Amino acid sequence: MLEAFLISSITMATPILLAALGELLVEESGVINIGIEGAMLAGAFAALAIAYFSGSTALGLGGGVAAGVAINAIFAVLVVNLAVNQVVTGTAVSILALGLTGVFYRKLFGVTGKAFMVAPIAKIPLGPLARIPLLGPVLFNHNALVYFTFILAPALWYVIAHTRYGLRLRACGERPEAADALGLGVIAIRWQALVVSGAMTGLAGAFLTLAYAGTFVENISAGRGFVALSVVIVGRWNSWGLVAASVLFGAAMALQFGLQALGTIVPYQLFLALPYALTLVVLAGFGGQAAAPSALGEPYRRD
Amino acid sequence: MLSSIAKPFAALALAAALISIVLAALGASPLGVFAALGEGAFGSWYACVDTVVKSTPLVFTGLAVALAFSGALWNIGADGQLTIGAIAAGAIGPHLGNFPHPIAIAGILAAGCLGGAVWGGLAGWLRARRDVNEVISTIMLNFVAVQALSWVVHGPLMEPSRAYPTSSPIARAAQLEFYFAPSRINLGMLLAVVLAAVCYLLLFRTGAGFELRAMGRNRRAATFFGVRIPALTFWVMTLSGALAGLGGAVQVSAISHRLYEKLSPGWGFEAIAVALVARLNPLGIIPAAILFGALDNGSQAMQRTQGVSPELVQVIQGLVILIILAFDTPAWSAVREQIFGATGEAAAVPPVAEMPDA
Repeated sequence: MLEAFLISSITMATPILLAALGELLVEESGVINIGIEGAMLAGAFAALAIAYFSGSTALGLGGGVAAGVAINAIFAVLVVNLAVNQVVTGTAVSILALGLTGVFYRKLFGVTGKAFMVAPIAKIPLGPLARIPLLGPVLFNHNALVYFTFILAPALWYVIAHTRYGLRLRACGERPEAADALGLGVIAIRWQALVVSGAMTGLAGAFLTLAYAGTFVENISAGRGFVALSVVIVGRWNSWGLVAASVLFGAAMALQFGLQALGTIVPYQLFLALPYALTLVVLAGFGGQAAAPSALGEPYRRD
Repeated sequence: MLSSIAKPFAALALAAALISIVLAALGASPLGVFAALGEGAFGSWYACVDTVVKSTPLVFTGLAVALAFSGALWNIGADGQLTIGAIAAGAIGPHLGNFPHPIAIAGILAAGCLGGAVWGGLAGWLRARRDVNEVISTIMLNFVAVQALSWVVHGPLMEPSRAYPTSSPIARAAQLEFYFAPSRINLGMLLAVVLAAVCYLLLFRTGAGFELRAMGRNRRAATFFGVRIPALTFWVMTLSGALAGLGGAVQVSAISHRLYEKLSPGWGFEAIAVALVARLNPLGIIPAAILFGALDNGSQAMQRTQGVSPELVQVIQGLVILIILAFDTPAWSAVREQIFGATGEAAAVPPVAEMPDA
């Protein structure tokens, strides 16, 4: 019971963490991307459609990555090159992705009503580690994407905090004019952050269809992109904080499924609302923007 | 003036061109689809009436978004505000049976206003007093509202037989009547039109409206001219929420008569497209809402005759917003000035999502 709950928590946390790490990268460069939900959804759909028709999981994962990058590229043209409002663009991108995946899903699979399933990605037990009681199954018996995501978190922390590239990235998010004056190329760096983040978010979407559900349903991301946005805030723009916040929110989701099955008196909606309510409490408590990059959300125009 | 009217049409034309490409990729005929959309939306008296009914919530949420955006307050939460307004209306509605019709109507609509105002005002207060970006707070409040609705229809407000996840129907006295039965024309649209005029006067003919628009253009400069930013922020978000909440109450009172999950198909998000097509002008909200209401209504016929699923409407919404944003950039303004001459017209959307100073 406890073991199943903990395994489920890690599984639920993975796509949220992967997308949140991507959002962190983008926000460090000074851009807030609300279109993350759209990129995740597009990644989820493209991954499943390609894996289903090609029969190859690897191609499916690649398709998910490509779709995430494509959605973020639309966002980047408007937000980075044309310097238009990031919030409204992000919302539009999410609506667009919801519409496109819906339309193409119905076209490809809706008419026949045929089962649209692929075999989930295989789990890889990590040798003797996987045989440790409780800890083994919970931490060391997952698919490759889970390991990848939890290794990516410290790697990204190192890049952002301790490398020259990370310093440049943060300069663009804190003082874009100064970064530009130093010849850092704000446009190029924000584009790079958005492309890498698109790949990560698309992969997070692919996780939902290829590793978790084994199928696609409309709006399968169901707000997980926005949960990733919360994770960045609750995790205080720090990779380690992001890991903690995603596992917490993953656990809330896992608990919710358990409660729904058990039919307890605690309304399961409470757990579904938890990530969002907690974000509001954290924001109200910490006083908003203290840990956020100072130029977050401001379009940068060179003039 | 010419280009301020021409621009939304140019954006819609470009969106239509891009949609045609998507339709071609789907193997559907663009002309057939557009004809089916028009036929479904305006092809009969009944279709026209249904288009008006489907446009009504969009006028309320469109006004809510337009007011907030005019002050560079990015209220992404009209959907949540509408939902909380609907919950308030659905909660009080069954208990209004002993009141005269006008009092019951006033009561249910006031409940909706109040519910939406609390939800919008909360985001406004967080922004004004706690420096919390309203974008994030309104997104989070949307999801909390969705879960709150799901909870009340499974819990405290569930109908007595407890067989279906819906609330009890509201009292007859609290229902906005259909004046041209069997069509579903009701006073909701009339109220929406009156409110659009009021919002127009508020925004363009009052000192508060001027201050709001000044805040939208440049928050710092507005401060120097004595605009009390925190108070204005709180009240605009409260008013914005009240408008959306009223839309929820009208929907419950006139159309749904009860609460159920997923009451809103996304009216609060569609409202962003409506507000941008209207260039944030409250009077423009009415035709813009009818346009998108017509698309929603026509999409059923499109699915029946052309085999394209109604989600195409969301593709159109997303594209229209992106195209209008792109048209408002300085790069495009330069091109426009060469074609139309300098107009001195400002961008519809305040340019910078200014974050509070750290």
